[in-house]
Amino acid sequence: MDYFIHLAILVSIYSILSLSLNALAGYTGLISIATSAFMGIGAYSVAIMLTKFDLNFFLALSLAMIIVGIIAFLVDLAFSRLRGDYFTLGSMGIVVITSGIFINWQSVTNGPAGIANIPRPNLFGFELSENWQFLCLSIFLLILTYLVCEWISNSSFGRVLRAIREDEKAIEVFGYKTSKYKLAIFTISSALAAMAGGLFATYAMYISPDSFIVSESILVITMIILGGLANNRGAILGSILLVTLPELLRFVGLPSSIAADFNHVIYGLILILLMMYRPQGFLGEYRI
Amino acid sequence: MRVKSLVKYFDGVKAIDKISIQFESGKITGLIGPNGSGKSTLVDLLTGFLPADKGLIFIGKHVGIKKVQPSKNYTSGISRTFQDARLFEQMSVLDNILVVLTKRSILSSIFVQHPKYLEQSKEVLKRTGLWDKRNELAINLSYGQRKLLGIGRALAMNAEIYFFDEPLSGLFPEMVITVKNILLELRGKGKTVILIEHNMNFIRELADTIVVLESGRILTKGEPSEVLAKKEVIDVYLGT
Repeated sequence: MDYFIHLAILVSIYSILSLSLNALAGYTGLISIATSAFMGIGAYSVAIMLTKFDLNFFLALSLAMIIVGIIAFLVDLAFSRLRGDYFTLGSMGIVVITSGIFINWQSVTNGPAGIANIPRPNLFGFELSENWQFLCLSIFLLILTYLVCEWISNSSFGRVLRAIREDEKAIEVFGYKTSKYKLAIFTISSALAAMAGGLFATYAMYISPDSFIVSESILVITMIILGGLANNRGAILGSILLVTLPELLRFVGLPSSIAADFNHVIYGLILILLMMYRPQGFLGEYRI
Repeated sequence: MRVKSLVKYFDGVKAIDKISIQFESGKITGLIGPNGSGKSTLVDLLTGFLPADKGLIFIGKHVGIKKVQPSKNYTSGISRTFQDARLFEQMSVLDNILVVLTKRSILSSIFVQHPKYLEQSKEVLKRTGLWDKRNELAINLSYGQRKLLGIGRALAMNAEIYFFDEPLSGLFPEMVITVKNILLELRGKGKTVILIEHNMNFIRELADTIVVLESGRILTKGEPSEVLAKKEVIDVYLGT
């Protein structure tokens, strides 16, 4: 039973990440590889605030989201002229920079060794030490994220984001300063990724730079493309499929030494096949 | 709206060559000329789609500017259609209209949902005969319907100055009548209408003034009956 709870927690965390990226990539058409970077900053911020300052989890999580929101805001100000592929490449630069910081700023991040003994969330003096308790929290935050993303998608704001995705120059002519809208959604999306990072840190109780590398972002991109871009239920479906798929592979009987690498082969294959035969994914409303 | 000595280069080639012109409100100005004469480029400059290299643009009583900021078109009351429609393809017909009706403020747009603008969009879509197609994706519309949606989107801006770039090409006769009525209605409301069109009968029938462009310059301008009878216009534009 604990195994299934563990999987459900991972699904929840990755679903929050997928929803956050879907708001940016699915609705606005900005494919960002920086998801793992913002998740990492969120995770490190929460871990440091909990281990060094003994802050309450929810306060630490809120502060981490604000910190990442501010960083994302400043990054996107610099990115305001980047469109399409240039934006994607620029976002990859953020992951490279944050990885470097996580590894080298030893006094704060503890370098490659990472941060251990991160306490589990504490709710009014009640520590969520059991996995099923943590699952309740992660599902609650997932529902909250889903509602926020649904609200954005159904609002006039979401419609402007979709118009930017379709033809940014055309929507500008109708009186929109598109850079402001992109800035807003990049900030919101990054803050949500930070929330997933904070959850991850307190669930695993240990983080290291290895957890926030480019391949994590690629995994989340694969999730939203598989589930279907511009569809929040699709983002969750993609997360469920790609979190459980490697677990199913365990039953195939692959040696553990190659099983982990084999996952990446499968993610790559899924991406190639989707692009060839179903670019809108399972539930997608938008075709790249 | 008026422009003074407007110049635009493309890779060193002058696409617009010192054009000065005034567009009057409550009138339809026909902008004609052979392909490549600079008609669409002029519209692109006046709607901020492209920046001018030299010259000044005056909108209303504002001081002259070199580049129209497209993000200010909403407050300046400028709207347009595109020759190739440029619709928001993977959005519904209704959303193509709704997005133009929305208030230009991020904060209010986050808290505003669809119903507020539904009546206005219904009016626009009924006017263009697309209400029954409101839930279709724009990408699935026929060529003529795409043109009409582009026109509906321009109307939804409720602007003062409208640019229509070849709105009639590829339309069925009943669609042509719809567009004609829309243009006359705008003129009746005192709006400034600038119309690029190759259909001379249509131009003759609707335009109050015609401006003929050739190689980025104004060849001649005036009333349709006078202009279309001029030999240089017949030579250059009709090639006879």
